Amino acid sequence: MNIKILPTILILFFCLIFLIFYKGLKNSNIYTPQSYLEIDVPVFVLKSFKKEDEINSKDIFKHDQFYLLNIWASWCVPCRAEHEFLMMLNNNKKIKIIGLNYKDKFDNAKNFIEEMGNPYFINLIDKNGTAAIDWGAYGVPESFLIYQNKVIKKYLGPLNDKSYFEIEEIIK
Amino acid sequence: MASLIGYYSLITGLLCSFLIIFFSLNNFNRSDILNKKIVYFTFLQFFLVVVSFFGLILSFVFSDFTNSTVFNHSHTTKPLFYKISGTWGNHEGSLLLWLLVLTLFIFLFLLESKRQPIKYRLLTLLFQQIIIVGFFVFIIKTSNPFSYIFPAPKEGLGLNPILQDPALAIHPPILYLGYVGSSIIFSSALAATTLNYVSKEWAKHVKQWVLVSWIFLTLGILLGSIWAYYELGWGGFWFWDPVENVSLMPWLALTTLLHCILVLEKRLILTSWAIILSIATFTLSMSGTFLVRSGILNSVHTFANDPERGLFILIFLFSLIFLSIFIFLFFHKNENKSKNSFFWFSKETAILINNWFMMYFLSVILIGTIYPIFLEVLSSEKISVGPPFYNKLILPFLIPFLLAMAIGPKLNWIKSDLKNKANLFLFLIISLLLSIFIIRNLSINFLVNTILVTSALYLFFLTLRDFLIMKIKNLSQNLSHFGFSLLILSILFNNIFSSEIITNLKIGESFQSKQFTINFKSVDQKNERNFKAIIGKFEIENNDGTVEVLKPELRIYNQPNIVTSEADIKTNLIRDIFITMNLVQNQEYFNIRYQIKPFMIWIWFSVLIISFGGLISIFKRKHEH
Amino acid sequence: MKFLNFFIILILTLNLNISKAKADVYSIENKITKNIRCLICQGQSIYDSDSEFAISLKLVVQNKIKQGFTEKQIYDFLSNKYGEWILYDPSFNKNTYFLWLLPLLIFLIGGAIIINKLKIKK
Repeated sequence: MNIKILPTILILFFCLIFLIFYKGLKNSNIYTPQSYLEIDVPVFVLKSFKKEDEINSKDIFKHDQFYLLNIWASWCVPCRAEHEFLMMLNNNKKIKIIGLNYKDKFDNAKNFIEEMGNPYFINLIDKNGTAAIDWGAYGVPESFLIYQNKVIKKYLGPLNDKSYFEIEEIIK
Repeated sequence: MASLIGYYSLITGLLCSFLIIFFSLNNFNRSDILNKKIVYFTFLQFFLVVVSFFGLILSFVFSDFTNSTVFNHSHTTKPLFYKISGTWGNHEGSLLLWLLVLTLFIFLFLLESKRQPIKYRLLTLLFQQIIIVGFFVFIIKTSNPFSYIFPAPKEGLGLNPILQDPALAIHPPILYLGYVGSSIIFSSALAATTLNYVSKEWAKHVKQWVLVSWIFLTLGILLGSIWAYYELGWGGFWFWDPVENVSLMPWLALTTLLHCILVLEKRLILTSWAIILSIATFTLSMSGTFLVRSGILNSVHTFANDPERGLFILIFLFSLIFLSIFIFLFFHKNENKSKNSFFWFSKETAILINNWFMMYFLSVILIGTIYPIFLEVLSSEKISVGPPFYNKLILPFLIPFLLAMAIGPKLNWIKSDLKNKANLFLFLIISLLLSIFIIRNLSINFLVNTILVTSALYLFFLTLRDFLIMKIKNLSQNLSHFGFSLLILSILFNNIFSSEIITNLKIGESFQSKQFTINFKSVDQKNERNFKAIIGKFEIENNDGTVEVLKPELRIYNQPNIVTSEADIKTNLIRDIFITMNLVQNQEYFNIRYQIKPFMIWIWFSVLIISFGGLISIFKRKHEH
Repeated sequence: MKFLNFFIILILTLNLNISKAKADVYSIENKITKNIRCLICQGQSIYDSDSEFAISLKLVVQNKIKQGFTEKQIYDFLSNKYGEWILYDPSFNKNTYFLWLLPLLIFLIGGAIIINKLKIKK
């Protein structure tokens, strides 16, 4: 009796481990945080491009308006690629785009906007990258779609055709 | 051309396996065939793999970019030394090195085991050939180092600069000698089980192979750790990274086996346990290969990964596991119960306690390493298991472990008593007082650290005393245990007394602390063939008036285009000082990290002592024969 | 005994020199940053990493400490934003019962086996 139970358990045990490893092989080993949606917009006080005085987040976000918060930098190559989509989105009056300029030199950022066009309703300055962390971001570019003071959609990496149409669809 | 020769000798090498298997099965009882024909074919196989390996090295040396491995991992401007070491600095080449070690070890085994029973030798050869064939197929099918590119690219993609380093160039060969060397233990244990030859003679014979693997594995881990210390620029030497863990697990299993074999050799007990450990050692090495090469784990240094490779090793690994389970359950006869007994206060019990703790440490590391994979598959939650987990579960258990390690060797086989053991307590009290004195006014966890230091000091004093009074029963054991106490002490003091400063400095600025002033003097540029270097010059003025000049570098490699930070380290017997500088995006200042790390050199030195103990043990056996 | 004396003196001198330095520099900040995993170079803690994200996150940790956050609060803040994955020290919850308890269970089983072996003699 004893002789038969032990091998069965052993073999089942190792089969199980095999299966788990087999399934594990298919998962990506790169971690991307889950998008925690429906969270409140973080509260912040930041300087903006236009005025020297600081802007409070409460003064920016109105309740019944769509916003897209876009984290960008002039040194970030993918940001150039997504810029045209931001310009296109800006044509839609239902959404306002807010820039969060990430760890940039002010002059470079200015040149970038002058060269590529300015889709931003307000451009906030995140000199040391700490504001981006309040948003749960960890790279540039990242974009957050906001409605009723909640983040309803998050885009890692540059916006593209697909995400552009998705946003247009949501704000319709 | 060299690649072509390499490829065809690889294929021929695989054919040799089939010849060997055919001849062994047909002539199971004839020692003349074994000693002539089969040894000859085994040598031929080894030779062919060597030729294949040299073919790859030559392709690297002459930068033959028609070979895709060379194209992906080499560059014409690379120094010759790194062209050669680049051969095994990639997945395909390193597998060829695996194969080289596999064939080398079985050839040496056949030469060295002439006094062993013929069936046992043949069966070991057969089991080893199963592994060898598996790796041949793996290499040829999924990771061919000789795949051809046409048209030939003009220039290669280059070797990752952090791998262009002397310690890392010799780290893989040494590590593999240990890692893959354990395959012989696996094959021989399976053979011995099948033939019911698990005996004192077998223990004596296999112990040498355990020692050889163990020494190389110890040195291999040491080299990797030294490399991480100065090359990764973090000033740490052990990160509990999965890749480090998978090398530590076979080491723990081997060390356990080494102790268990002692009991087996003396008293012919614990046979099942010794077989399980022998199987576990190589299985853990293979699992390590699977975890690292399949890309299932997320680590600092995973190889480029490919699911097909992962799947192949996974299936192969589990075939070996099921084969071992089958052989163990089917052939292994349980040892005689009447002999299977222990007196609680004896050397055997001490060794059992060693095994017990080693297995615990092993299970902590194993579970910590693979738990995130299991959790993700079963519940798709992702977590990280890092240094705090290992420290919490291992450190407290280190205390009784060290104490047992100090007392254990003082006991006699079979039965021991407490006579003449009074001075053991004396030393314990000395150690305790000394460590209280050392730890007393530090702002750290007093109790845990004091007890840890006490137990490490205790082992230190007891082993040291044996050297001083020249009453050594077992030199190699005493030396290794002494080395281990020194290792733990150095690591503890290194942890407790390390200090560091992280600051941003522009050229010409200074940073002042109570003990020292760091002056950032200047920045130089230097052009080498394969990189540009920015060399910072720092003067450290210590309060006692001494001045040290340190020159950390930033290297901008041309191929591939990667910036690395090279630490500058000044070492002496008491401490290392360690400085790195880093660029900060869009800023004129550099990020400077300055660390004082006590006893670093003792950490390396103590590991050398530990493996030297093993070396003495091998030569002592040779002498006895 | 000479070596022994040497070693003791070595420890004592070190003790006097370095222990005080340690007390000055030692900070909770290093402990926390060593326990936070970097999302950019995923094999490293943010303490070890020099990526932009890690540099900013170190600043965030510094600020939080200044604002009087406890270690636990900082961990909670970050795991809310980035998930449990970001912490190297997995907390004890339903996901990690096995992680923490299985090694200890194995230890106990091992102990039981050894005691069993010893009893056979009696």
